Amino acid sequence: MTATLDRRKDPARGSEIMRFPASKPLRLDSGAKIENLEIAYKTWGELNTDKSNAVLICHALTLDQYATGSNPVTGKAGWWSKAVGEGKPIDPARHFIICANVVGGCMGSTGPASLNPKTGKPYGLTFPVLSIGDMVRAQAMLLDGLGVETLFTVIGGSMGGMQVLQWAADYPERLFSAICVAATAKHSAQNIALHEVGRQAIMADPDWRGGAYADAGVRPEKGLAVARMGAHITYVSEDALQRKFGRGLKRDGLSWSFDADFQVESYLRHQGVSFVERFDANAYLYITRAMDYFDLPGKHSGKLAEAFTGARDVRFCVLSFTSDWLYPTRESREIVRALNAAGCRASFLEIVSDKGHDAFLLDEPEMHAALTGFLKATAKERGLK
Amino acid sequence: MSAQREDFREILRLVRPGARALDIGCGEGDLLALLAREKQVDGRGLEISQAGVAAALARGLAVVQGDADRDLADYPDDAFDYAILSQTLQTVRDPKAVLEELMRIARHAIVSFPNFGHWRVRWSLLVGGRMPATRALPSAWWETPNIHLCTLLDFTDLIDQLDLRIDAASALIRGKPARPMKPGLALENLRAEAAIFLLSRGSSSAHAEPGPGEKLL
Repeated sequence: MTATLDRRKDPARGSEIMRFPASKPLRLDSGAKIENLEIAYKTWGELNTDKSNAVLICHALTLDQYATGSNPVTGKAGWWSKAVGEGKPIDPARHFIICANVVGGCMGSTGPASLNPKTGKPYGLTFPVLSIGDMVRAQAMLLDGLGVETLFTVIGGSMGGMQVLQWAADYPERLFSAICVAATAKHSAQNIALHEVGRQAIMADPDWRGGAYADAGVRPEKGLAVARMGAHITYVSEDALQRKFGRGLKRDGLSWSFDADFQVESYLRHQGVSFVERFDANAYLYITRAMDYFDLPGKHSGKLAEAFTGARDVRFCVLSFTSDWLYPTRESREIVRALNAAGCRASFLEIVSDKGHDAFLLDEPEMHAALTGFLKATAKERGLK
Repeated sequence: MSAQREDFREILRLVRPGARALDIGCGEGDLLALLAREKQVDGRGLEISQAGVAAALARGLAVVQGDADRDLADYPDDAFDYAILSQTLQTVRDPKAVLEELMRIARHAIVSFPNFGHWRVRWSLLVGGRMPATRALPSAWWETPNIHLCTLLDFTDLIDQLDLRIDAASALIRGKPARPMKPGLALENLRAEAAIFLLSRGSSSAHAEPGPGEKLL
């Protein structure tokens, strides 16, 4: 655990960090602001002379800026190495690729575990509640700092896809194209309910200490692990779980106890335990809250199409997966319907996969072929090589 | 394939340059690509198969995976200048509803379909006593996607019923260039292997644009 703690002290190892002066605060949807904002990010490839090849990758709830290459915190390959990298649909040989840890996260960007410059202590629950719009606004500030005016594409899956839609609503003039994968335009009652179970698990852990666990030198690891176990079930399909584990046992015979008899139990426990090594409990609360608050149609008097009226020149690609029950295909169809109604240029493909919501992170040749095709054709229109 | 090429060539001729068009049942996007290249058409597609959509995406076409029977409702009124239904009408579950949807989302519809009144079809059924399998309709009855076949006369009856206007009608025979025709003639109903129609709102008898606020369908 010592090594793990060291990593946590330096979560942004291998990242660049952009620091904004207090005179340039991040203004939040809640009305609050974050001063001395820091955004941890990674880039791959070079910005071309026309500045027309920038690609922003938006990450999902528990992911980070390490989209490809090696993740120094986990020691594993970046979370989207199958889609991003040499010879992949998003390729540093052709694109200037940017991926930033979201504000509120725990991989180097300002979040609830960061020190509040005013008190010198970790924010904890004094950190302001965030929205997806705030995350996108911080990304726009980062792009300004990098001298990137427009994006060739903004792409993301799950919460990353929500950010893509928010980009299209808030900064359409900065987008040439947008790719929204396995996402939704608003969190449903079921989405909120599932997140609430995770938050309650964290807050029920005595080591949570009202969010001030850092001051006490403890961490609500049990609560965070349970939150992750519950959430993980929603990322996979029933079929995939059944195929992988069935009723398989860890060893011969039942133990007639509450040990992890079933392989699926032991798998979930492992998911929980390995998650707490790399993630902060309060960051989990804040980011899930931002997702629950996400309601793009609600922000436009119930009409999602109105969110996209400025994005008629943006080329959209919307992808969903047949077995995703967290953000099912009908949610993507809602997005496509609104794009059509707004007169946007939209493509939509539902990919047959039994791997559930997490399919976008996995080896899905159909998705990679669709991304390659869309990006190649879009590059031609943008005049990229 | 030459029959399809002639079908596309006639559609290409009917479409105004620079128009906005929706190709329903666009497959891999061959027609959309042709319309974009030859007529600078701002085209969109609707296609039911994943393979078709993926191929069209790879060509840079804006294609949405969906079903003509169900998903045309997603498009707003007057979204397009043309809604194109090439050799697809006979495969949909509810052709009348689909035609109504075409005329809601676009000012004009271009519809092509195989003519079940063609003499070969009639001959095949009359002499062979079996469901006709012809060049335009090659599949066996139990595997055909063509679930709503009609003749030219059947189609024009429906057009009248829907109070639509026929702006142009052409016959396709043996892959030859499309030939203008009068769809009501019994001889055309025998001779045309397939037909292409350009349709607009408002009946042919009225020949007048409907007034503002008037119900069109």
